[in-house]
Amino acid sequence: MEVGQLQRKFVDYTASLFCEGFLDEQFTQLQQLQDESNPDFVVEVVSLFFEDTEKLLNDLTRALDQQSVDFKKVDAHVHQLKGSSSSIGAQRVRNACIAFRNFCEEQNTDACSKCLLQVKQEYSLVKNKLDTLFRLEQQIVEAGGAVPMVG
Amino acid sequence: MESCNCIEPQWPADELLMKYQYISDFFIALAYFSIPLELIYFVKKSAVFPYRWVLVQFGAFIVLCGATHLINLWTFNMHSRTVAVVMTTAKVLTALVSCVTALMLVHIIPDLLSVKTRELFLKNKAAELDREMGLIRTQEETGRHVRMLTHEIRSTLDRHTILKTTLVELGRTLALEECALWMPTRTGLELQLAYTLRHQNPVGFTVPTQLPVINQVFSTNRAVKISPNSPVARLRPVASKYMPGEVVAVRVPLLHLSNFQIYDWPELSTKHYALMVLMLPSDSARKWHVHELELVEVVADQVAVALSHAAILEESMRARDLLMEQNVALDLARREAETAVRARNDFLAVMNHEMGTPMHAIIAVSSLLQETELTPEQRLMVETILKSSNLLATLINDVLDLSRLEDGSLQLDIGTFNLHALFKEVLNLIKPIASVKKLLITLSLAADLPEYAVGDEKRLMQTLLNVVGNAVKFSKDGSISLSAFVAKSESLRDPRVPDFFPVPSDNHFYLRVQVKDSGSGINPQDIPKLFTKFAQGQSLATKNSDGSGLGLAICKRFVNLMEGHIWIESEGLGKGSTAIFAVKLGIPERSNELKLSFVPKGPANHGQTNFLGLKVLVMDDNGVSRSVTKGLLLYLGCDVMTVSSGEECLRVITQEHQVVFMDICMPGVDGYEVAVRIHEKFSKRHERPLIVALTGNTDRVTKEHCLRVGLDGVVLKPVSVDKMRSVLSELLEHRVLFEA
Repeated sequence: MEVGQLQRKFVDYTASLFCEGFLDEQFTQLQQLQDESNPDFVVEVVSLFFEDTEKLLNDLTRALDQQSVDFKKVDAHVHQLKGSSSSIGAQRVRNACIAFRNFCEEQNTDACSKCLLQVKQEYSLVKNKLDTLFRLEQQIVEAGGAVPMVG
Repeated sequence: MESCNCIEPQWPADELLMKYQYISDFFIALAYFSIPLELIYFVKKSAVFPYRWVLVQFGAFIVLCGATHLINLWTFNMHSRTVAVVMTTAKVLTALVSCVTALMLVHIIPDLLSVKTRELFLKNKAAELDREMGLIRTQEETGRHVRMLTHEIRSTLDRHTILKTTLVELGRTLALEECALWMPTRTGLELQLAYTLRHQNPVGFTVPTQLPVINQVFSTNRAVKISPNSPVARLRPVASKYMPGEVVAVRVPLLHLSNFQIYDWPELSTKHYALMVLMLPSDSARKWHVHELELVEVVADQVAVALSHAAILEESMRARDLLMEQNVALDLARREAETAVRARNDFLAVMNHEMGTPMHAIIAVSSLLQETELTPEQRLMVETILKSSNLLATLINDVLDLSRLEDGSLQLDIGTFNLHALFKEVLNLIKPIASVKKLLITLSLAADLPEYAVGDEKRLMQTLLNVVGNAVKFSKDGSISLSAFVAKSESLRDPRVPDFFPVPSDNHFYLRVQVKDSGSGINPQDIPKLFTKFAQGQSLATKNSDGSGLGLAICKRFVNLMEGHIWIESEGLGKGSTAIFAVKLGIPERSNELKLSFVPKGPANHGQTNFLGLKVLVMDDNGVSRSVTKGLLLYLGCDVMTVSSGEECLRVITQEHQVVFMDICMPGVDGYEVAVRIHEKFSKRHERPLIVALTGNTDRVTKEHCLRVGLDGVVLKPVSVDKMRSVLSELLEHRVLFEA
């Protein structure tokens, strides 16, 4: 594919992510921070996010599998996840976390398990989307073009 | 040879006599020989005889006597000289021994006699000891009975069981025919038959207490024998041929709880006795023995003690049950009250929200409508809509505020504000209405009134508006003067409020505001009612009164929250009134460098856009947020160091760091604590880095806490580039950041 097409595809895809609520303007902020002195900022931060989230999701799964659930710990993990997701602008993940925290306060194990599933789902969705996005970026760069800024 | 003049035995004449003598002598000799033998034999048998050798002597004496008599046998006929010699020897010996024996006996016989006396004495003693033992045995038996009875009686704490058991056990121990207990009635004037041993259902016999026999029994604590014919002893029809057994009656003291005073033992302070009547079986020869009477007395005492224990226990159990009931009831009441309060709060919150939303919509849209092209009539209508809806909105807020004030859940929004500007604004707001009514309003601010103060600006304005508004409302003409000054402690003390002790301190001052009007005045009797909600005095209920009556009540509560006091003085109807209030406000520390809390709308003031080299420390335990914040700051040109824990932060922080961004929502770490430690570490203001909190929620509590701990600002996560830029520039320009 030639550069122009790739770039258009990239722009459309990004816009759709915003429209569908997967990302919010915090992500835009991140993109703004990327410049010559920090060319891979977004990818780095997002990879860090993926790593962190995967670990957190594992911890959460394990914590909710216990006989007597330690809601404090669960809440702490979800808090972390909420913080991370809002830092990079993963809006839907963040919203799922907010709901999750409410159920943690109520100490409702079943609801929490459901929320966890929800969070996992949202996370895997946004991960796929972001992976696709980065691949598109890479393709553009390989094709010799510049990645357009979507404001 | 002389002729033998011895009497020749003339066998034919004295032969018979000779023969008899001969035979007797023989038998005597025999007896004399056999007696010692018998003696020896029996003495040998007995072990106790103490005088053996006396016996030997005696034996010898008897044997010799016998020998003598035996030898005599030979002397009846012609006997030779040998026989005569033997006879003489025997006689001599016999004489010797008998004399000695006789002498001996003189000594021995008194001894023997005394033995006999001793024997008699011992026998008497034995009889006496027997008697005494009998007595002791009876006493011991009595004691045993008493112990057993007491044990039985005291093993239960139930009154009825005690009394019943007493009767049963007494009946058993003493083998009584009948045993009855008479209890005093409530009035104490009669004794009622309460329990009997044999009759299962005692009919309610009563006897008056003042009978002589009863008095006799009650007057002593001993068991008294009474006649079987007395009314208390006649339990069965007397138509019997029996000789009734002896009857004994004893009093049983009934002790009440109140008798147990601490300093005074209930010796004879009790007036209530029960009567216990005991009857021996009729037609038996039994009589009451002393030890039985003693037993009865002891038992009566024990019964009294057991009864009082039972009474005390009953009392305490009843009290405990009562307390438990009360507790349960109180708990229920408390929970109901809590539920009610919660329900009310929920309702109010919902109502406020539900009613507020459409209300605000109306207000918003009406104001927008005002901006459009309208005909004058339409404009008037819209204005009316706006005014009414504003009033309604205020009312809704007032009600909510009041209810929150009532249960103390209202908290003041403390902030720094411009005091002078506040007064001017109030004046501006009130001026239009006042000029319509042609009232003159003057404002005088004291010279030493600080320009800036720390307090709840919104509520202070509300209070002021309310007070001034009232002044305007109730004045038809004349003037209204509004004056404010810093109060010295003396002028604050109102003799009518003795418990208001204003204590000015270094960072606080008391603001005293006086609003004097020349209006309709208030009847001094109505003044206390003014501050109670929904109460409207007669004179206040004018046509113009459109207040809900809540205004002053709310003001009073706000003023109280601000640790102040509000009161109204008036000399009477038509003489105008003065409303005065004093509130405690804080003195802001950095009064010179203060920025107004109103963030100017419009494009952000960029100020410093170049933060090159600004040393910043970021403390956040979330890796992702940390890198984002770091990237942000790097983008803005700062020199960023990141730490992920409080300890690390305190370790690496130096004077060179100018700003610290700390996440205060870190679980397990108290960001506030870290801030306090940083303050401690850098005591001088100019050395200390500015500390800004990054948090996911900025509610009042958090902000207050941050202010209290000494943070210089609060920023909501996530931060955009522009926001970070403005935050930093504000920080560096003013060294403080209050986010609106």
